Amino acid sequence: MKPFDYVRPGTVAEAIAAAAQPGAVYLAAGTNLLDLMKGGVSRPNRLVDVTHLDGLDRIERLADGSLRVGALVSNADLAHDSEFARSYPAVAEALLSGASAQLRNAATVGGNLLQRTRCTYFYDTASRCNKREAGRGCNARDGENRSHAVLGWSESCIATHPSDFCVPLVALDAVVEIEGRTGRREIALDELHRLPGNTPERDTALEPDDLIIALRLPPAARSFAAHARYLKVRERTSYAFAVVSAAAALRIENGKIAEARLALGGVAAKPWRARAAEDVLRSVAPTADAFRDAAWRALADAKPSGDNAYKIELARRILVRALTLAAAGTPARLPALPASPFASTSGAVHA
Amino acid sequence: MPELNLTSAPAHLRHGSNIGQPLTRRDGVLKVTGRATYAADNHPPGMLFAVMAVASIARGHVISLDVAAAKRHPGVVDVMTPDHKPALAIDPDIKTNPFVFRMEVLQSNEVRYANQPIAVVIAETLEAATEGAALLAPRYETLPPLVGLDAGESFVPPVVGVGNPAAHHHGDVEAGLASAEKQIDAVYETRPQYHNAMEPHAIVAHWDGDTLSIDTPSQAMVMARARVAELFGLAPEKIHIRSPFLGGGFGSKGFLTGPQILGLMAAKLVGRPVKLVLRREQMYGPVGHRAPTRQRLRIGANGEGRLTALDHHARTVSSTFDDFYEPAADASHTLYAAPAIRTTHDAVRVNTGTPLFMRAPGEATGSIALESAIDEMAWACSMDPLAFRLRNYAEVEPITGKPFSSKALRACYEQGAARFGWAKRPLPPRQMRDGAGLLVGWGMGTATFPALMFQAEARAVIRRDGSGAMEIGAHDMGQGAWTALAQIAADELGLDIDRVEFKAGSSDLPDAGIAGGSAHTATAGAAIHSAGAAVIAKLADLATNDERSPLFGAGNAGVVARDGKLFRRDDESRGESYAEILARAGISEVEARGTGAPNPAALEEFAMHAHGAVFAEVKVDPELGQVRVTRMVGAFAAGRIVNPRMVQSQLFGGMIWGLSFALHEEAITDRRTGRIMNANLGEYHIPVNADVPPLDVITVEEHDPHVNALGIKGVGEIGITGSAGAVANAVWHATGVRVRRFPIRIEELLTQR
Amino acid sequence: MNHSISLTVNGVRRDFDLDDPRVTLLDLLRERLHLTGTKKGCDRGQCGACTILVDGKRINSCLALAISHDGADILTIEGVARGDQLHPVQAAFIAHDGFQCGFCTPGQIMSAIGMMSEAQAGNDPERIRECMSGNLCRCGAYAGIVDAVLDAQARMDESNQRRSA
Repeated sequence: MKPFDYVRPGTVAEAIAAAAQPGAVYLAAGTNLLDLMKGGVSRPNRLVDVTHLDGLDRIERLADGSLRVGALVSNADLAHDSEFARSYPAVAEALLSGASAQLRNAATVGGNLLQRTRCTYFYDTASRCNKREAGRGCNARDGENRSHAVLGWSESCIATHPSDFCVPLVALDAVVEIEGRTGRREIALDELHRLPGNTPERDTALEPDDLIIALRLPPAARSFAAHARYLKVRERTSYAFAVVSAAAALRIENGKIAEARLALGGVAAKPWRARAAEDVLRSVAPTADAFRDAAWRALADAKPSGDNAYKIELARRILVRALTLAAAGTPARLPALPASPFASTSGAVHA
Repeated sequence: MPELNLTSAPAHLRHGSNIGQPLTRRDGVLKVTGRATYAADNHPPGMLFAVMAVASIARGHVISLDVAAAKRHPGVVDVMTPDHKPALAIDPDIKTNPFVFRMEVLQSNEVRYANQPIAVVIAETLEAATEGAALLAPRYETLPPLVGLDAGESFVPPVVGVGNPAAHHHGDVEAGLASAEKQIDAVYETRPQYHNAMEPHAIVAHWDGDTLSIDTPSQAMVMARARVAELFGLAPEKIHIRSPFLGGGFGSKGFLTGPQILGLMAAKLVGRPVKLVLRREQMYGPVGHRAPTRQRLRIGANGEGRLTALDHHARTVSSTFDDFYEPAADASHTLYAAPAIRTTHDAVRVNTGTPLFMRAPGEATGSIALESAIDEMAWACSMDPLAFRLRNYAEVEPITGKPFSSKALRACYEQGAARFGWAKRPLPPRQMRDGAGLLVGWGMGTATFPALMFQAEARAVIRRDGSGAMEIGAHDMGQGAWTALAQIAADELGLDIDRVEFKAGSSDLPDAGIAGGSAHTATAGAAIHSAGAAVIAKLADLATNDERSPLFGAGNAGVVARDGKLFRRDDESRGESYAEILARAGISEVEARGTGAPNPAALEEFAMHAHGAVFAEVKVDPELGQVRVTRMVGAFAAGRIVNPRMVQSQLFGGMIWGLSFALHEEAITDRRTGRIMNANLGEYHIPVNADVPPLDVITVEEHDPHVNALGIKGVGEIGITGSAGAVANAVWHATGVRVRRFPIRIEELLTQR
Repeated sequence: MNHSISLTVNGVRRDFDLDDPRVTLLDLLRERLHLTGTKKGCDRGQCGACTILVDGKRINSCLALAISHDGADILTIEGVARGDQLHPVQAAFIAHDGFQCGFCTPGQIMSAIGMMSEAQAGNDPERIRECMSGNLCRCGAYAGIVDAVLDAQARMDESNQRRSA
């Protein structure tokens, strides 16, 4: 690890000022950043430790019915907040399906939004990677790429976004509150993460000294609580990134889908909101045929970036399954194996 | 290192005496309190930290290292490179005996595989050494690497495994195949695997003049000491290796590796104690691995489901600079009674660290292919897989015709099948679903592993206070030597286990040989047995020749030792305590040595193997392809069981390795660069707790008078064999999809709904 | 530049002048305080061998900078037993053979203790397996680990009931 200055600002304003210096990065729990620093992927000159800032660790319900989650709330605390889990069950399930209990205890909401890709060529500093070093080329494109993107990729980058948490969040129209040099602003989570295009080195729409202050779920997000699931296919039962994952949330009125929200994980450089597929489901009965139509629509533009054509079919199937599970109703209690296809074998109570 | 002080646990269980009893681990308290000292836990005064820099290319040369940049980093003390290192006494590439494998100790700037050590940075702190290694920024001249099972011209290796011929023939295979009514001709692939013991290889080296003190995990301390002695030109007595606990070995700590030697060199270079610990990614190269294989099996069977021929060919790889060949096809020698068997091997050389012994080397890779092929043949014959195996049960070892020293496999099949409920298995695949709609499949495999013996020596002592000691440089890598060998020692000394001082884990004790081949308990146990008998004989001589002893004159009748006393064999009312015998003789202690070794006559006469049967249930998501093992039952016959608690644990561990072989483990090599792209524990998947179902182990009673004096066959490796095939066969039975490439991946199960 | 930090480690407050902000909690414990019970298996948050409790919560100490945890209350495997009296989880690991080589064991035990205080798994073996999946065991002692956790949980529940009765 390269030597760095360590600064511990007392206020958000001080933090932003401290991060203005080139090579400065924010340090939250460090579960991703330290990993990247140990691998030589990230070599910052200065760490601005935001973990001691006051007021960023609260979960608040706002007057308009939205929920505001401070950037320093830990993944575990958020998932285990019973009001949160009741209102946004797919998000809680996604959180609990990610990483391990130890990592969830440490990792923060703000940090998770900024988690970087697990592309092995990004991590391997001996390989060429346009995301790690602009313009160097991409060794993944013709490399070992069975886990890479099938949507939204470009010739310069085929990496995927690894987060579970972000998948249901993007489906629920989450909003990110940011404080930067120019003051406070907010953007839709769907606009936070970028597709690679020709500039894969930029993961997000943030400026280097922008600090995520909070995450907000708008009032409508809780209207899906009765029919919401997150489902994740993994290469081992737990403690693994998604091969492909899906969040499905339905508002069902009078036997018909009034509104559907769908997103996929593990398929693109960002959590992939499937809006066209949502449109297919508007005002139709929640049937297997409708779910299949939606899934086909969601993957209509997908194409393999390597040895990963199977992910397109897998993504269709997981969407159908997630929709089927969501339509059946959110279980009363989180399954023993959150988001797992084997959740139902666990003897957990289902609604 | 403080004197090792094993403590009795509150939960320490004792039921009568010793062998056969499920004692809890005598090192348990140390391990659950964090006081068990592994190599990297040592901190001699003045110690520096060494961190290796490793090659990021698989073939070529290092043309420059920025040593100056590393040295400028605060805290960096020195940088060891091919141009700046202490001289070795001999060329490290000379193979002075068959158990010497070549290693990279900065002897040149050539790079032979990715992750090969190319320099060592030594610093006051770990942080400085780590960054110093990064600052070396090597530049290379790169050559195209040899990668994969088709990397180049194949050749037939002179031997496979440890000295086995590369080919075996028995009967006329082609005629057998030609006469068969059913034939299977299938190719199976297994991928490279890495041991990944939880404890990375580590060494703390401390030179004091020409004496050398070493803390390092070793499965063979005396052999390691001999290697250090020849490399550094020292007398072995000047070297002391301590290895009281290994954080797992699985074969990767059987021989000293390059990084361990580099730690010794670094300490010599700077004249201070040095600690060198491998980073996890550095364990994917210089410390051995399981080579990939491609195996073709051709099997014939007649109309009754009897095998007519078994032809097993295995392609594997070795490194470009040394020879180790995974003896995968040899798995077909012992299990099934085919009248004609042929096993052959060939290999190609690739730019990889030399593959080495990894838990059940050859047996594991060969077993998953053989057990899959047998399963395929059973289905082709429309027979239940267990019935098919019973029909082809080998009453004598098929490849040699020798009788087995013992073989309780039939009982394993029966008891395992009964416990599992195998009789209810539908013959065709894809017939069972659970309440949630998941596909359910049942598969089985036969387990086998040779019952080996190596060489070991032990020293036994009986003291005037009536206590005893047993000294043997044995190795505990988790299998439980501290407990199981102490149990044997107590019985052989006729003492309660708490009256025996059991010493192990240090190279200044009698040589216990290698903890490998599932033979350590048998071999070290035999040495303890013979040392114990010898010391008791000395004590008996004192008593039976002394007319003041109640045992006087019992020499011909003999004596038995029990509870710290000797008794006349023909009259147990006449006895005397050890303390009394020694006190009267005016001797403070008696001691004797004993050895354990294979019995050549028995080896000539018998085939010696442990056996088992493993049954597995998997569930597979019919649309998503994700697999989970939900139940496993293993029934094993492995001779005498010294400690059932620890034997169960070892068999569980082996079964989990089998599960992992079938579903999880695979090093992914970039075919262009030869670099391993998942050299970590996040993407190289080994099973987590949630992958492991409730496991059930049955140890089938088996008495074997031939394998060794104690009748022990060993259980360290057999658990993998059979298990990997059982899981793979269960996946077929669940889905109807026969996957012949392991680990089985999700995409292969998406082909149908 | 030196940074003064203060930590409470196994109940004892300790003040340090940290000369290097790169030091992780794991390396601080092992290489500077010589509390070597906490193990380094991967150093990248992928194995759980380094699990400790920080302010009562289990985390991977390899991915935590010491300097950022100024003021934290840390419990390591060395601080779990009361003198010779083992913690129920420690005793249960011995009784159920919840380990072989023992290298992952301190992390497993700290993780189990952390899990019990999270109160998410209770006595459901499936939930315990999932909640203990952040701790790899290459020897494959998982069955014993689950049994040990169930046993310790039952004993602790029992003694809590006795206390409240």
